[in-house]
Amino acid sequence: MAKLSQRHLLGIKNVTREDIELIFETADNFKEVINRPIKKVPSLRDVTIANVFFENSTRTRLSFELAQKRLSADVINFAASSSSVKKGETLLDTVNNILAMKVDMIVMRHSSVGAPHFLAKHIHANIINAGDGTHEHPTQALLDTFSIREKLGQVEGKKIAIIGDILHSRVALSNIFALKKLGAEVMVCGPPTLLPKFIGQLGVKVEFDVRKALAWCEVANVLRIQLERQQIKYFPSLREYSLYYGITKKLLDSLKKQIILMHPGPINRGVELSSDAADSSHSIILDQVENGVAVRMAVLYLLAGASA
Amino acid sequence: MQKKLILDSDLLDITLNRLCQQLIENHHDFRETVILGLQPRGIFLAELILEKLKKVLRREIPLGYLDATFHRDDFRRRDIPAKASETRVPFVIEGKKVVLIDDVLFTGRTVRSALDAMIAFGRPSKVELLVLVDRKHTRDFPIAADYVGKYVDTLTSQRVLVELIAQGNKQNKIWLTNKDE
Repeated sequence: MAKLSQRHLLGIKNVTREDIELIFETADNFKEVINRPIKKVPSLRDVTIANVFFENSTRTRLSFELAQKRLSADVINFAASSSSVKKGETLLDTVNNILAMKVDMIVMRHSSVGAPHFLAKHIHANIINAGDGTHEHPTQALLDTFSIREKLGQVEGKKIAIIGDILHSRVALSNIFALKKLGAEVMVCGPPTLLPKFIGQLGVKVEFDVRKALAWCEVANVLRIQLERQQIKYFPSLREYSLYYGITKKLLDSLKKQIILMHPGPINRGVELSSDAADSSHSIILDQVENGVAVRMAVLYLLAGASA
Repeated sequence: MQKKLILDSDLLDITLNRLCQQLIENHHDFRETVILGLQPRGIFLAELILEKLKKVLRREIPLGYLDATFHRDDFRRRDIPAKASETRVPFVIEGKKVVLIDDVLFTGRTVRSALDAMIAFGRPSKVELLVLVDRKHTRDFPIAADYVGKYVDTLTSQRVLVELIAQGNKQNKIWLTNKDE
């Protein structure tokens, strides 16, 4: 018997360590399912899920959709760019119209911070946050920590450095919450302009030198420079960023130790990660993608099961 | 009602020996047969039977664990979803004879979902069911076991408690109790 403490997955901030461990244990079983000859179970066959994406996404949307189909759910997809949102419909109206079609769960990505929290207050369906602005991206943090657990056996006591554009990253915030809840040591590293001023208050180490961060950590989670969210210049040029903060195979080899390299995608090759580093044996980037489906299946399964 | 002992260690041993003899009668040297223990409790029984079979046949017999949680028909119909256990089927079941093993046969719903789960790994040529305890007159589905350790007349308000050493108990004992006890 197992149940999450929440009806929604709005952020890692809202869940407990026990929730995360339950999701991991369930994801272990789903990882076995998606490696079977027939990669499908009938659990969610009477559940309808709407994927509502007000912001672009490839990986997350495909991963959610695949997870839903592997669980036999009925899926409808909605992209804001081709919808009535363009005609001025409000978020609540849009979602209520979708729910009127008898939808049980909503997976939503939105550019505004707190959009899924707002929805959770006003509608009955289970809500999964697939990224809200620069705030949280809980399933990404779950799959990142699940991948670390898979590689290192556990997360507790491990040293993880999050490197790059921390200021604009919802992945960074969710990861910090998840890693701290699981008992890991966390360091953030990036140019001073891309680190939030009071990030240390979350109980993380702050480092500006990427070489020192890599020497300290067992796992480096490298984030993308989110140019689309940067209204002003935070550093002189991409070339300069890459020179000071870009991670190359040569840099990794010079550490003379085993290090695990992660990236939530999409990679800007040659900026935060060089191609030879991204494709090296250190990298578990494609394992992250595979684990993403299993972890999302676990989240969908546990939330749907609790709603009856 | 008092706890009533259905099988003690000695009787269980005799029963398991008989079940193994019946299995060997039908499956000879087990070259075309694999065993699947049903999670969470059938796997302990499957291990016991496997040990005995190996002693007689002097060869390895493939054993897998099958978890049917994701194929259950009561998902979203109970307050708390059932927790899944490990599935491990490290062999091909396509074209093989499969013996499913569980401890207690009650409504038949677990076996129905297990059949569903099993099909995801291929199409076996034949499937048989072995249970230690068959509770008579309680079936919700047209499912019957091929090998039965012991038939027991029970009420739905009662429960069969299987305590095996492998599950951390002091002795192998099978009890009949009331559900609320």
